[in-house]
Amino acid sequence: MNMTMVPSNDFWFDVGPLRAIPQRGARTVKTPRREIAVFRTASDEVFALENRCPHKGGPLSEGIVHGRKVACPLHNWIINLDDGEASGADKGCARSFPVKLENGRIYLNMSVAAAP
Amino acid sequence: MLDQPNAKKQKLVILGNGMAAGRVMDELFARAPDRYDVVVFGAEPRVNYDRIMLSPVLSGEKAYDDILIHTDEWYATNKVDLRRGELVVAIDRVAKTVTTQSGAVEAYDTLIIATGSKPILIPVPGAELPGVVTYRDLDDVNLMLDAAGKGGHAVVIGGGLLGLEAAAGLAMRGMTTTVVHLMPTLMERQLDPNAAYLLQKAIEARGIEVLTGANTAAILGDTCVESVRLDDGRTLTADLVVMAVGIRPNTALAKLADLNVKRGIVVDDHLRTSDDNIYAVGECVEHRGQCYGLVAPLYDMAKTLAATLAGETVDGYIGSTTSTKLKVTGVDLFSAGDFAEGDVKDEIVLRDPARGIYKRVVLRDDRIIGAVLYGDTADGSWYFDLLKKNADIGAMRNALILGQAYQGGVALDPVAAVAALSDDAEICGCNGVCKGAITQAITAHGLTTLDDVRARTKASASCGQCTAKVESLLAATLGDNYSAAGRKPMCKCTDLTHSEVRGFILSKELKSVPAVMQELAWKTSCGCPSCRPALNYYLLCAWPGEYADDAQSRYINERVHANIQKDGTFSVVPRMWGGLTTPDELRAIADVADRFKIPTVKVTGGQRIDLLGVRKEDLPAVWAQLNSAGLVSGAAYAKGLRTVKTCVGSEWCRFGTQDSTGLGVKLERFMCGSWAPAKVKLGVSGCPRNCAESTVKDIGVICVESGYDIHIAGAAGLHVRQTDLLGHVDTEDEAIEYIAAFMQMYREEAGYLERVWKWVENAGLDKVRAAIMDDADNRRALLARFEKSQRAVRRDPWAERAAGREQHEFTPLATLNSIIAVPAE
Ligand code: SRM
Ligand SMILES: Cc1cc2nc3c(=O)[nH]c(=O)nc-3n(C[C@H](O)[C@H](O)[C@H](O)COP(=O)(O)OP(=O)(O)OC[C@H]3O[C@@H](n4cnc5c(N)ncnc54)[C@H](O)[C@@H]3O)c2cc1C
Ligand code: SF4
Ligand code: FES
Repeated sequence: MNMTMVPSNDFWFDVGPLRAIPQRGARTVKTPRREIAVFRTASDEVFALENRCPHKGGPLSEGIVHGRKVACPLHNWIINLDDGEASGADKGCARSFPVKLENGRIYLNMSVAAAP
Repeated sequence: MLDQPNAKKQKLVILGNGMAAGRVMDELFARAPDRYDVVVFGAEPRVNYDRIMLSPVLSGEKAYDDILIHTDEWYATNKVDLRRGELVVAIDRVAKTVTTQSGAVEAYDTLIIATGSKPILIPVPGAELPGVVTYRDLDDVNLMLDAAGKGGHAVVIGGGLLGLEAAAGLAMRGMTTTVVHLMPTLMERQLDPNAAYLLQKAIEARGIEVLTGANTAAILGDTCVESVRLDDGRTLTADLVVMAVGIRPNTALAKLADLNVKRGIVVDDHLRTSDDNIYAVGECVEHRGQCYGLVAPLYDMAKTLAATLAGETVDGYIGSTTSTKLKVTGVDLFSAGDFAEGDVKDEIVLRDPARGIYKRVVLRDDRIIGAVLYGDTADGSWYFDLLKKNADIGAMRNALILGQAYQGGVALDPVAAVAALSDDAEICGCNGVCKGAITQAITAHGLTTLDDVRARTKASASCGQCTAKVESLLAATLGDNYSAAGRKPMCKCTDLTHSEVRGFILSKELKSVPAVMQELAWKTSCGCPSCRPALNYYLLCAWPGEYADDAQSRYINERVHANIQKDGTFSVVPRMWGGLTTPDELRAIADVADRFKIPTVKVTGGQRIDLLGVRKEDLPAVWAQLNSAGLVSGAAYAKGLRTVKTCVGSEWCRFGTQDSTGLGVKLERFMCGSWAPAKVKLGVSGCPRNCAESTVKDIGVICVESGYDIHIAGAAGLHVRQTDLLGHVDTEDEAIEYIAAFMQMYREEAGYLERVWKWVENAGLDKVRAAIMDDADNRRALLARFEKSQRAVRRDPWAERAAGREQHEFTPLATLNSIIAVPAE
């Protein structure tokens, strides 16, 4: 049978409790297609980006989180958490994924996260 | 449909006689006073009162009579049949009746559930002991007042709105009060860390002890509470324990009746439950996925519900935006909306350290999405209104933070504003210095620098907030003769330089990042990636053992104690004390390289072995194995002590004058673990042939027949610089003492990321030499401070992490293997 992904809002995967990520920190979620960095800001917002810097692929999950931004650990590009865009003079974009917080747990939309 | 005058009146039964029930009746009777026969069951044995005013009753600022909403006469006048003290235990949806605990049965046509919330009890041993109370109704207040009458100690668990109000009330009633809060900052759901810092200061100023990051493990006592034990082992004496850790919608009855209940009783936009004849309102409901814990939403709900019951066609309830105030007399705080940590671009921050004011408005696309105000909340409702209206504030952005009163005026240019001030305008709030005094001092005494002005007038010498203003005054008065060169602010978050900030941290005893940011008037709410690591270091250096390191303000290398590589893997460099190793250590390194399939093993330029290409997940296990062979972290990643390179020295070398290897090992053992403004590398050479390259190190020793020449300020990186001679000492012990003292002076004085050579050039070699070589008292004091700070860091970071610390750094949050796939149509 031909299996394909159908975009749908129902594929929210519970990836763990908010408290598992330090404030102003990030953790990764491994999926077969890609590694995703899930960020938690100082005020408990969550964002998900592909864990690859648009510059040279640095692991964004390991950067310093400030506001709704992260500084890439390799060469300090500043990436917006909400849309993955590099800010300032740098040009490039890390792919962002739908993520939501409900009752203290983090849900990642896997139909998008697993799409090519 | 109009009411038929003769038709039998509909029977409306309300479960719960709290704030929501009361407001629904007010709204309903205003619209349709005679439409229903109303019966209200209230579990509390009293009329309806203003629950949110319980705190003033507890503190003694109000009496119960002052907070009544509906008196007995009101029930009589409105012909409401109030059954007080009657707990309803069942709803029969088929028979359309409710049953009370005493067995009474009452029929309804329409039922409203308004049962509010229940306080959450944390499931710790001892939670059921007498003397443990929650904070929800007047009975709880009475229990607390009884306890307070006997004096003694109160422990309030929970540093949210209710907990703090309870604590303030109990303290006012004379109890010795402690607040135990699980999170690192108070009211973390409503306040950012800056406002929380000010709040904690204000709470502590009332004599209330605040313990944050404190987890309750057990409540102890034989027949009633005696103490509270925290999971870190601390025990707090307690004659009364108040649990105020949160609320949960009270949905038991609805569940029993098989209504649709999730977190709360699920209602539609007209507050209807899954049963057409049953409505729910207040804190017990869940509307569009949202549960509320404040009165404003239930007032909105009550309007919609009353109109619906009155037979009007109404737009549904669409949810509420809420704001918070704390009702503790003398504490002014306001928070609303989303105050996610912003950055310079989408937030406006105003701090006034002298008056304890912090204001922050968070914007997105020129609209207010959140606000936190502390100390001056006059404009809270104005911001809240703009927020709710989603108003475009683009045109008033410049003066937005100054508040409503400043609107409509011309946009403020800060420089022009200072120049236009009158001579008696106050510039420095801390020291009360006005503009005239400063300009006069500049001209009369020929002052040319900020430091001159500070020394002469005290302006800008306390919190530094007015630094920019004083500088503009200097510029205005001196014209071209003033050059601000040499004063470089730390970053765009402040006008102060690194050394000014360090000075204030000590003089004002600032011991946390929010304290620094508030008291030094930071221009952003939470700093930036450039000032955060610097502040973290300055605090660590100023308050060793006391300040708790903030991992999230460190670069990844220092967080995981390894060096990140271009492909995201890490390199691991064990210490080889003074460059010495043993066959066992080499075997252990070889075993680790084999077991973890480490692709590259390389000898570094710093005389040790680098294991390159270690996967992050493997780091703790790699450490554990290296540790068990006695190897510890070489800190090849640290802004701190790195390698101590040595040559063979007198032990083997035919030219060696002293035991350079031995001295190197002693220095490395004494100084390892020390954090510094930037990396620090040492070299110890056994003779002036200098095989350890000591003359290009931050600190180098050249051994000579008569003792030890201590060199400083070398470099061999981007910039190559030969060392300067600090001085000569005769013995090995002296060499260690002088070097450690020098290290401490560097730690205390250099700016973050400033290498030793740069700092020495800025500070002046003569000054450094005098401080270390000539001033024995100063040297010993520096040594003592270095030793003290070393006691706080003498732990191997690898051992701690191999044992499980910071585990979140090394494991993914989740690994998803199977993806849900659905067949294509
Ligand atoms: C591993 C090593 C190269 C080697 O294979 O030999 C090395 C590797 C790096 N050096 Fe180095 N330096 C190494 C010895 C040196 C030396 C020689 C020495 O220590 O005797 C120098 C010149 C001496 C000096 O510091 O003045 C040196 C001057 C630098 C500099 C320039 C610093 C400067 O202020 O000019 C940098 C860049 C920086 O720190 O910003 C740097 C930075 C780096 C970084 C951290 C670059 C980075 O940010 O990723 C490299 C990390 C590699 C890793 O993951 O381990 N490395 N680096 C050496 C580790 C020594 C050790 O055992 O700890
Ligand atoms: C100390 C304190 C301070 C507060 N301060 C503020 C504030 O400053 N601002 C703010 O907006 N909000 C504040 N609140 C929250 C506010 O009081 C609540 O949002 C509000 O009272 C909720 O109203 P309600 O009618 O849903 O619930 P409640 O007011 O709790 O009423 C529910 C009633 O139902 C009764 N009941 C429950 N089950 C049954 C049953 N089976 N049968 C009969 N009766 C039953 C209960 O006894 C209770 O009297 C405060 C709350 C407290 C406790
Ligand atoms: S010299 Fe350059 S490439 Fe080589 S290790 Fe140092 S920083 Fe990396
Ligand atoms: S890889 Fe991220 S900044 Fe270079």
